[in-house]
Amino acid sequence: MIARVTRFFLVGVVSAALFTGRADAQLDVGVTEGRADPVPIAVTDFNGVGSLADLGADIASVVKADLEFSGLFRAIPPGAFLQDPASLGEDAQPRFDLWRRSGAQALVTGWVSTESDGRIRVSFRLFDTLAEEGLVGFVFRGSEGIWRRIAHKVSDAVYHRFTGEGGYFDTRIVYVHEEGPQTALTKRIAVMDYDGENHRFLTSGDHTVLTPRFSPTIQKIAYFSYFNETTPRVNLLDLATGRRDVLGDFPGMTFAPRFSPDGSSVIMSLAINGNTDIYVMNLETRTIKQLTDGSYIETSPSYSPDGSRIAFTSDRTGQTQIYVMNADGSNQDRISWDLDNRASYSTPVWSPRGDLIAFTKHIPDSDWAIGVMSPEPGEGERLLAFGDLVEGPTWSPNGRVIMFAHETYGFGEDTERVIKSIDLTGYVERTIRTQGAATDPAWSPLIP
Amino acid sequence: MRFKLIAALAAGLLVAACESTPEVVEEDDSAGAVEVTEEVVVEVDPIDPRSERYIEEVLGKRVFFALDSSVLNARSQSTIRRWADWLSEFSDVNVIIEGHCDERGTREYNLALGDRRANAVKDHLVVLGIDPNRITTISYGKERPLVLGHTEAAWGQNRRGDLTLS
Repeated sequence: MIARVTRFFLVGVVSAALFTGRADAQLDVGVTEGRADPVPIAVTDFNGVGSLADLGADIASVVKADLEFSGLFRAIPPGAFLQDPASLGEDAQPRFDLWRRSGAQALVTGWVSTESDGRIRVSFRLFDTLAEEGLVGFVFRGSEGIWRRIAHKVSDAVYHRFTGEGGYFDTRIVYVHEEGPQTALTKRIAVMDYDGENHRFLTSGDHTVLTPRFSPTIQKIAYFSYFNETTPRVNLLDLATGRRDVLGDFPGMTFAPRFSPDGSSVIMSLAINGNTDIYVMNLETRTIKQLTDGSYIETSPSYSPDGSRIAFTSDRTGQTQIYVMNADGSNQDRISWDLDNRASYSTPVWSPRGDLIAFTKHIPDSDWAIGVMSPEPGEGERLLAFGDLVEGPTWSPNGRVIMFAHETYGFGEDTERVIKSIDLTGYVERTIRTQGAATDPAWSPLIP
Repeated sequence: MRFKLIAALAAGLLVAACESTPEVVEEDDSAGAVEVTEEVVVEVDPIDPRSERYIEEVLGKRVFFALDSSVLNARSQSTIRRWADWLSEFSDVNVIIEGHCDERGTREYNLALGDRRANAVKDHLVVLGIDPNRITTISYGKERPLVLGHTEAAWGQNRRGDLTLS
């Protein structure tokens, strides 16, 4: 029915020269190029006394799941361990020879205890079993209720030590949960940890809501809502207080909100009389500035991480394409250039690193694709993921992984709607755990 | 004036559906004489022009668009002309125009496209003399498909403007 797009991946030199067997082997995992074999890693249950032993096992399972999610690691099954993890004291050297024989090139061990004030103390060590040395170790303290966050921070530390990049495990996802008949879907905003845990709903489902986006501090969510049934608008939800506000008093529908990198303003589209332009509103002063004009649809604005430029979608050529402009609206320049000039591009989202812009691409009579390109015109386009309909990319805080909405058309009217992730190599694709049908994901920065 | 023409036309179309049961009277034929009286009763039952049924069957509630387009074709224009005549007749009634899109398009772009479609219908009504203050528009993007499915037929049904009374 639908022709599949040939998938091109940029296969570079495999830079992940791992553990060549010499004691001085460079510990380095490439995260953008080529296809590296995952590093075999042993993650032991974190040692603890009494009920803390269970918590230690739970923490280890979260760490394993995080590391395997990245595609950069493969967890060694505990049955292969040759040294009893319980025998490992906090200051003891592991028997590196035994861990090497069990196939592990790296080892994570940890300990859980209770502090006098009732908080838990979690420490961990990451070892290189070939170089026979400790690589990193941290101590985390916190209430027992946030043990998952502590586990994710352990994973972030391990990921960072291997890749040189920040991690993305101690993060949240806000998305639109869907249920009910397709012609009358109930849509609710839900927020959860990136791995689907701690799931909760933020809106009741009485009004259709779309495209939630986190503020940089994760305290607020801007989203589009039909709460005002005659003129739907961008709303602002404060997660701490639960307070909801309509953003601004615009003479038409406002939509496609995103925060500026410093959180001081929200950029969005305003539709008046069939014409859609981009506006920015300062949240403090409530002043509004119009950034685009002309009788075209200009929408889906996204700031560069330094706030100096804005990527957006415009149909001024008769087809949606991606443009970049200065933050004041000047110097608008088209950057999406398909070789055949047939494809349309939309929903540009600037990477937190600033080097790439993720987008949705549609080639007529073909699949949809999620890809990345350089912010410079016509440069560096790579397609990463495909589907009957994919759209709305959102970046991990380290700019190495993209989540997006993914629809699969089944027989007849069936549509499967899930959130997927793809890493920049294009090889590691995952389906994100949500409660039922899901769309419109937004990935938070690392939780402060 | 124009409205009355439409009402008469509508009534004519509805004749077949009205209570026009032929009445056949048969008499005992034992006398050898057969007399058949046939009486056709045509009840002209015009639909209340302010009823939902009238809007649905006579005015037409929908106009349709081509892919990624807000251009009104001839059929859409004649639908909107009927609405303009009707709105002129009933000046106390206001109208809501909903703009809709098919599922092929990103969510945000489709909100803008739905707005553009709803306003294309509104602009045509205004050209035909309707006060813009009587017309409100809203875009539902691809959020409210009329029919399900991933075929050209389904998509064509979903690229639409819906007219309703406010």
